[in-house]
Amino acid sequence: MHRLIALLLLLLPAIAHADEAVTTFTLENGMDVVVIEDHRAPVVVHMVWYRSGSADEPVGASGVAHFLEHLLFKATETMESGEFSSTVAANGGTDNAFTSYDYTGYFQRVAADRLELMMRMEADRMNNLVLTPEDIETERRVILEERNQRVENSPGALAREQMMATQYLNHRYGVPIIGWKHEMEELSMEDALTFYDLHYAPNNAILVVAGDVEPDEVKALAEEYYGVIPAEPDLPERFRPQEPPQTAARRLVFEDPRVAQPYVTKTWIAPERDSGDQEKAAALVYLAELLGGSNFTSELGRALQFDTQTAVYTSAFYDGMSLDDTTFGWIVVPADGVSLAEAEAAVDEVIANFLETGIDPERMESLRTQFRASEVYARDDVSGIARRYGAALTQGLTIEDIQAWPEILQEVTEDDILAVAREVMREESSVTMQVVPNSEALIQ
Amino acid sequence: MIRFVLSATLTLWGAVASAEIDIQEVTSPGGIEAWLVEAPEIPMVALEVRIRGGANLDLPGKRGATNLMVALLEEGSGEMTAQEFQTAREALAASYGFDVYDDAFSLSAQFLTENRDEAVDLLRQALVEPRFDQDALDRVRAQVISSIRSEEKDPSDIAGATFDAAAYGEHPYGSSINGTIESVEALTQEDMFAAHERVLNRNDVYVAAVGDIDAAELGLMIDELLGDLPAEAPPGPERTEIALDGGITVVDYDTPQSVALFGHSGIKRDDEDFFAAYILNEILGGSGRQSRLMEEVREKRGLTYGVYSYLVPKDFAEAYLGSVSSANDSIAEAIEVIRAEWERLATEGVTEAELEEMKTYLTGAYALRFDGNGPIANIMVGMQMAGLPVDYIATRNEQLNAVTLDEVNRVAAELLKPEELHFVVVGQPQGLETTTN
Repeated sequence: MHRLIALLLLLLPAIAHADEAVTTFTLENGMDVVVIEDHRAPVVVHMVWYRSGSADEPVGASGVAHFLEHLLFKATETMESGEFSSTVAANGGTDNAFTSYDYTGYFQRVAADRLELMMRMEADRMNNLVLTPEDIETERRVILEERNQRVENSPGALAREQMMATQYLNHRYGVPIIGWKHEMEELSMEDALTFYDLHYAPNNAILVVAGDVEPDEVKALAEEYYGVIPAEPDLPERFRPQEPPQTAARRLVFEDPRVAQPYVTKTWIAPERDSGDQEKAAALVYLAELLGGSNFTSELGRALQFDTQTAVYTSAFYDGMSLDDTTFGWIVVPADGVSLAEAEAAVDEVIANFLETGIDPERMESLRTQFRASEVYARDDVSGIARRYGAALTQGLTIEDIQAWPEILQEVTEDDILAVAREVMREESSVTMQVVPNSEALIQ
Repeated sequence: MIRFVLSATLTLWGAVASAEIDIQEVTSPGGIEAWLVEAPEIPMVALEVRIRGGANLDLPGKRGATNLMVALLEEGSGEMTAQEFQTAREALAASYGFDVYDDAFSLSAQFLTENRDEAVDLLRQALVEPRFDQDALDRVRAQVISSIRSEEKDPSDIAGATFDAAAYGEHPYGSSINGTIESVEALTQEDMFAAHERVLNRNDVYVAAVGDIDAAELGLMIDELLGDLPAEAPPGPERTEIALDGGITVVDYDTPQSVALFGHSGIKRDDEDFFAAYILNEILGGSGRQSRLMEEVREKRGLTYGVYSYLVPKDFAEAYLGSVSSANDSIAEAIEVIRAEWERLATEGVTEAELEEMKTYLTGAYALRFDGNGPIANIMVGMQMAGLPVDYIATRNEQLNAVTLDEVNRVAAELLKPEELHFVVVGQPQGLETTTN
């Protein structure tokens, strides 16, 4: 559920690196396996990713992917409700799960010699879930409280739901991952089991094992536990309604008395990282950094926080990790005495100047260095590398795409960036939102 | 050059995992001590520094000065303006995280082997020669005021501020380290220099490094970084106690889910019963999914997404706190269940089976924490702050396993005080009103 949090955080792009020890293979039933070796500590991360997330849900059952994620910690034919996690804990491990638009994932971190037990249990709950009406009743209350905590109690999160729903005219990314409240309240056992039966199958799953393991050993275990599960013959082709041309700029005003600090934000539909075609996404990563990646050195930071005192916070954001069209955008929190309209006009001017003036070669060089360095730092976090592979493979990228990405980032040119900026930042595909405590804040 | 290096190879015994962490105790030529784990596999270093004092050292009437000063360290130093400093840092791809909390200043840095000297030079400049330019001060002040305003509208922050004010009053723990809008508006350049002089010193400094660096290099590096800081530290505040009676404080706030923060007095980190208290708390409301509070409030009744309890031993007071959030029409029930669990554990204690399961989990999960240079450096500096010896990593699980059922249950009876539990509830809770036991 990390996608739902952090409105004001810059979305940092994931960076792969060249020399990690990665082995991949596919089981006979279609389950993909990725092994990432890191022998520094006798620990392993075991993850199973399903190529199904909230954007794969049936109409009217929003939130069912996430609801099912919760329910997977209930009973199976051979394990009691809660026994999965308590067994992980009894083996000195930790476990959790997450749901996003394009995937649902489950993971455990344990001592490397407990990998087999994790596989046995994870393979078990791929097919053998047993739910009771009480599970549905109680866990539905839990997810509604989760929505209360993450969304209903947060005006920023509520505003963002409205913005996404406006940005996407046809695609399911317009529906929140956690679900619309009125649909969550009606989620049934049948909704959960229908999604489970169709999507939880080896030919829709990716196994990622990272840490102190040998690929041969992982392969033998994977064949023993996952390899025996039959493929789902009716696995639907992954089809989502695609966006039509967006031909009208949209403007929103979101009012909530709990808003402490008015802000204005704007997003555009933007291309994501596609297999064999990641260059535009790479250029957009630079564009976000150049426009709003740093309060000190980016275009928005310099112009609105240093050259003038127009804003107390500026950022531009882009996340290319997405199966279908993603968004590019910026956000500005104006300084005291600056109206949202003035702040927005100031941003427009900065962007126009940027497109006209071009890019300082030193900034380009600095960003290349930072992207290169982030590969070095990333090697210190094997769980992070595991997540990178899982997420990319559920979003239509290949191992080759993941490994080519750092090099593609290094090759981005000024022309690439300016071209993609002009292509993406078209008024008619934009949504602009003002977030205010009350309508008076708009005219200040 | 290195006055002495004490090397101890420690083995971590988990339920099943064991890891070897080779910690060297380094003393720099200038006399600053540090813990080091050499890890040349990745061409980088993770460095953690803590200086005891932190926001507790705010002078009277200057609440927020330390916080603002620390935020300004990356906003210009030496001959560089804020933008020049950040341009230089970005070109080195180094990261410097300056932070402050109640009891300490903290620095978390990462830099590459290929430009380590430049990265350390630049970091030294920020620590030792900050400029506190007026334009930077005004800009960052506006950011701090913006976050104070946000906290005033955030139910969790409102609950924390209400609890702290009632528990600690005029003591620094009684107010936010950010200060108030009024106190922050009044802060001047002189206040920044004064706060810098008070807070950044090498009197009570702790250093841990993990990565591609050896003991001799680390000794020189920490002298360069910290050697020019003042040797003396000003005195901290007096000890204090939580001055709260049991009961409920409702803060009316129009939001659909009530947020509750609750607690009473706690236990010192160096108390001989701390391990027993730690295990006890993990069973009651620890971070795992299997805690009693999670079982009763979430798993059985679906009243919340998460409920937790935590021991908070600070330098000058100890608290035992917890948090939960639930819809306005169900928070009263959640609180009733939490109170009942607090009472049940105080009177009945834990079972032998619960204790054994928790020991297995905690001893096994300990090894999982040591999974990267950054995390290991962070653990090592935390150990030093807590006054733990270098062999603690090797003995921690034995100490934990040595705790008996009788000890845990004696501590349960002493530590858990259901009648003193005070709940601050922010929202529009049905069936709850402000009361004192």
